[in-house]
Amino acid sequence: MSNLDVRNVIAKRIAQELKDRQVVNLGIGIPTLVISYLEDKEVYLQSENGLLGMGPPPLEDEIDADLVSAGKEPITLKKGATLFDSANSFVMIRGGHIDVAVLGVLQVSIKGEIANWAIPNQPILGVGGAMDLIAGAKKVICAGTLFTKNGEAKLVKELQYPISGLRQIDLFITEYAVFAFENGEVIIKEIIGDLTFEQLKERLNIPLRQEITNIYMN
Amino acid sequence: MKNKVIESINEIREVFRDNQKILAGGFGLSGSPLTIIDQIMELDIKNLHLVSNNLGDDGFGLHKLFTQGKVQKVIGSYFTMNNEAVMAWSEGTLDIELIPQGTLAEAIRCGGAGIGGFYTKTAVGTELAIGKEEREIDGERYIFEKAIKGDIAIIRAKTADLLGNLTYHRTARNFNPIMATAADIVIVEVDEIVEIGELDPETIITPHVYVDYIIQTKYTKVGESYVKS
Repeated sequence: MSNLDVRNVIAKRIAQELKDRQVVNLGIGIPTLVISYLEDKEVYLQSENGLLGMGPPPLEDEIDADLVSAGKEPITLKKGATLFDSANSFVMIRGGHIDVAVLGVLQVSIKGEIANWAIPNQPILGVGGAMDLIAGAKKVICAGTLFTKNGEAKLVKELQYPISGLRQIDLFITEYAVFAFENGEVIIKEIIGDLTFEQLKERLNIPLRQEITNIYMN
Repeated sequence: MKNKVIESINEIREVFRDNQKILAGGFGLSGSPLTIIDQIMELDIKNLHLVSNNLGDDGFGLHKLFTQGKVQKVIGSYFTMNNEAVMAWSEGTLDIELIPQGTLAEAIRCGGAGIGGFYTKTAVGTELAIGKEEREIDGERYIFEKAIKGDIAIIRAKTADLLGNLTYHRTARNFNPIMATAADIVIVEVDEIVEIGELDPETIITPHVYVDYIIQTKYTKVGESYVKS
């Protein structure tokens, strides 16, 4: 096994799903780490506060408070970058012009529905652009550890957390496996971690099929 | 020609009243009209309804107006990081209306464009769609969202000419250009005020027709922060 922590294992695997020339929106948390693993791929990063062509963090003396990511971190502009207002930013997002949205997630159902914006019995006070991305991106990849800190599976039969939209996501990438959602079925496309298919099936206790295309080694 | 440049909103004190709906530009503090917010803090007004993506940062920007007790309701997309707002909401002293960020932006755009509302796929089937009219268009489910207009918009731009044409800087643009179109009175805070004709027409994002008053900012950028000078 590699010496990467689980969050980086997930981020690195997600980076492999992204292709040259794609327009990609990365959510906060693990999705943001994907940037480190893009290597020389020419991916255009969209930030919902009004930027297409986000570059890496600036040097200390080049920080500009007027140039931030949706996570409010200082960033730079890549060559070819463009700037626009919030309404136009969501024309891009909601209108189906983003190739891939990578989102953090609290729960994923076996139907590929996700919950990623609110926790039951706690104040629901932030949604940001999550629901717009789910409604409009061409492809949605969710990133997350497969189990909570208490050991509960995040891949569940029915969502217990408030749903984020009706759309079925494409992939749920965890530190153990890559899960795809096709026609109401959960399919393991790849085993990443040290649990076997049988062990995963037992721990998750959900209908699961295996359709390994290649084994990813990190 | 009417002179749009003012030193402080004290010169137009009469436009501010209790219970007004104020649209405030900015994404966090980036593109937030910090000087105008400071000046509103000096006014004796209350029960404001703020429309803004979020409430500044703790202790900065719009958050200061809220801690001063001037705000009755906030309408926006992300307040989770504003701990005090979360507490005030739990105690019932602050009303929060949560709207997905893209819906918020489009509602303001419609408000400025003379459109009453729109149907969107965003939030269909979620808790944020409860009570909203739903209809099917070409086989897909949509919900109706009403346009948003304000009594006053307070916005931030980079440069204004004396007519009120505006340019913006980087991601500090965000909600500012759409808010400029969607309120009865629009007050802009800028880094720089120049003569008419000095701005390249191709670079003007907000045409002067939308702008009523121009205020020179009292903040400068120092690294990641905006500091009062």
